[in-house]
Amino acid sequence: MMAKRYAVLWFPFLLTDWYTKHNPSLADIPFVFAMLVRGRMCVSAVNPLAAQLGVVPNMVVADARAAIPRLEVLPDKPLRKEKLLQGIGLWCMRYTPIVSVDTGDFLILDITGCAHLWGGEKVYLQEIHRQIRQKAYEVRIGIASTIGAAWAIARYGQQDTIIPDNAQDQVLSTMPIACLRLESNLLERLKKLGFRTVASVTQIPSQVLKRRFGEDLTKRMAQALGKEEEYIAPLKPVIPYAERVPCLEPIKTAKGIEIAIEKLLVMLCKRLMNEGKGLRKAKLSCYRVDGKVRYIEIGTNRASAHAKHLLGLFKQKIPTIAPGLGIEIFVLEALKVEDAIPVQELLWNGEESLDNDALAELLDRFKGRDAACCINRFLPDEHYWPERSIRLAISLTEKRTTAWRTDRPRPTRLLNPPHPIEVSAPIPDYPPMLFRYKGEVHLIKKADGPERIEREWWIEQGEHRDYYYVEDNQGRRYWLFRLGHYQGDRSPNWYLHGFFA
Amino acid sequence: MSWRKEIAMRTSVEKSMLIADLQQQILQWQGFKQIDKKDYKVGLGALENAFPGHVFPLGTLHEFISENKEEEAASSGFIGRLLSFLMQRGGVCLWINNSDQLFAPSIKSFGIDPDRIIFVQMKKQKDILWALEEGLKCEGIRVVIAEVQDIDFVQSRRLQLAVERSKVTGFVLRLQPRFFGATTCAARWHIRPLPSYVQGNIPGVGFPEWEVELLKVRNGNPSRWQVGWRQNQLQAKRLALTSDHVYQDKRKVG
Repeated sequence: MMAKRYAVLWFPFLLTDWYTKHNPSLADIPFVFAMLVRGRMCVSAVNPLAAQLGVVPNMVVADARAAIPRLEVLPDKPLRKEKLLQGIGLWCMRYTPIVSVDTGDFLILDITGCAHLWGGEKVYLQEIHRQIRQKAYEVRIGIASTIGAAWAIARYGQQDTIIPDNAQDQVLSTMPIACLRLESNLLERLKKLGFRTVASVTQIPSQVLKRRFGEDLTKRMAQALGKEEEYIAPLKPVIPYAERVPCLEPIKTAKGIEIAIEKLLVMLCKRLMNEGKGLRKAKLSCYRVDGKVRYIEIGTNRASAHAKHLLGLFKQKIPTIAPGLGIEIFVLEALKVEDAIPVQELLWNGEESLDNDALAELLDRFKGRDAACCINRFLPDEHYWPERSIRLAISLTEKRTTAWRTDRPRPTRLLNPPHPIEVSAPIPDYPPMLFRYKGEVHLIKKADGPERIEREWWIEQGEHRDYYYVEDNQGRRYWLFRLGHYQGDRSPNWYLHGFFA
Repeated sequence: MSWRKEIAMRTSVEKSMLIADLQQQILQWQGFKQIDKKDYKVGLGALENAFPGHVFPLGTLHEFISENKEEEAASSGFIGRLLSFLMQRGGVCLWINNSDQLFAPSIKSFGIDPDRIIFVQMKKQKDILWALEEGLKCEGIRVVIAEVQDIDFVQSRRLQLAVERSKVTGFVLRLQPRFFGATTCAARWHIRPLPSYVQGNIPGVGFPEWEVELLKVRNGNPSRWQVGWRQNQLQAKRLALTSDHVYQDKRKVG
């Protein structure tokens, strides 16, 4: 896997830059935005001139005015900054598909595998910087292998910096402790105790830190140093495999729908095949003229990028689409995509095996026709209890781990559940002389047994079974059992459990 | 007088040759293709003689009739034996039914690994027939077995067309069929359990024995045997054809 790289963009004067851009007359005047916070007007954003004069966010406006009489105060609106940041974030998607907005004035870009398209990270960084500067925003960018390190260098670095892969430990050690994205309370406590740089904390064992300062500090440290994975929520979730076909005229016929699906599948499968993937689950959404949407879904037993086969699966479901007045847009999404085993012409391809495309596709068609149908392969399991002596295989190619037992007679056909029968049998443990099943009396000529099979007490409670393999006077062979011991006060429970070949 | 005898002899030889030739031609006209014998021995020994050219027909449909559960179990066992021969060279087998009654571990005693069989359960008879047809069309499979109650001529013809292209063998296991109309199946079997074979006076149940009856064989001779396997050795004894097992459509009354 490719090493992750992240870029963090910090906009120190986001709101004021935006306002200055639209009102150039304010460029030489110190001004701030203010918002009502708990009944007081507080500064929410400052421009560079005001910042130079000592105004900081969260300051009470009255204090700022007292210090700088010529300070211009403009009303702020809630969520204005967030909207602006999101807009810039969407614009940044030209550099990478994964962009996330962080609290404060930060954008996090996952630039893994993107920088080389611009000719290296240095050029990439310069390009982003230049473009954003052109739009009149102040920006500082940090690039590193972890979000934490990139954030730290963007926020507390002196200029745009690229931290090479695995060098974040050295760079971070000299940085102030605040670069770890900690809560202000915790930060205050750390400062009071004399922890000023990251290096001063890293020397202390993490167990001690956890005990004294809680989980947050160690977690942020681990994230910044790349010892713990950090996830970001992209602005636009990436739907990796989706295709759409708009139609000039609304489509109403089954044949038309089929053609649309085929077109979609050819496009999707081409992409899947190039990336060595196959789909396991796909959804087709049909947007109708009247605004309603119809869905059909298909699933496969193993990853497939075979357009013809997938079309066959969709074809089975086309009759369930109600086209109404017609369908305008078809959208095909691959909901579940897996790495496909590359199609390879094997030398021994003539021999049919369980690992076979034609078979997998056939079973997919079964599932498509009757969604409730069960497709099972049985493998031996190490239990004596007949019902538990087999288990379902997880996949078509799963190998058995134990051998099939042949030392004991087992019936070809098993009755599930066992059928109660009436039996006359001499006690204590002789096989029955005759039994009555479905109104017919069977006289037993030959018998084997008993074979006692206990219930496994760690799985379930209950009585054991004593099995007899019997043959009646006409040569028909049965598997009978008696549940539990003979007891004086009740008639024994006899059951028929199967038919032998 | 001698020349008459000579002519008679000559004509009888000519006649038999002519008849053999005609039979061959009839078989060809009936669409029967002679297959190379060596490749298609399925290990049924004497039973194979009932089939045209003494070859067990593969790549076709076979029908197994059973009137009750016991016969169904016997048929399943016999099919298990057949599978062990048919799948010696690898391959996958598909078993389609509507309830899970075949007990997989038992098949092992007939010489086939149960994990090579894929069991498919479908609710409706229509779906089972459809699945059978799809399975027969699929070349990645060696044998498809389907349990259906009835199959009519039109349905069987569809299956036959599928089989002719793909050369997959299909077994149709029919429990308590309601009618016995003509089908395109190459053979119609009926297997009944017989008292097991016990050597000497050893107590207990011995090796299973079956009465295998070929009710119908396309281009072949219907016949009846007593069949059993002892230590994987086939023991077949020919029985006389009886007329008491006459299959007729059970009339619907009322």
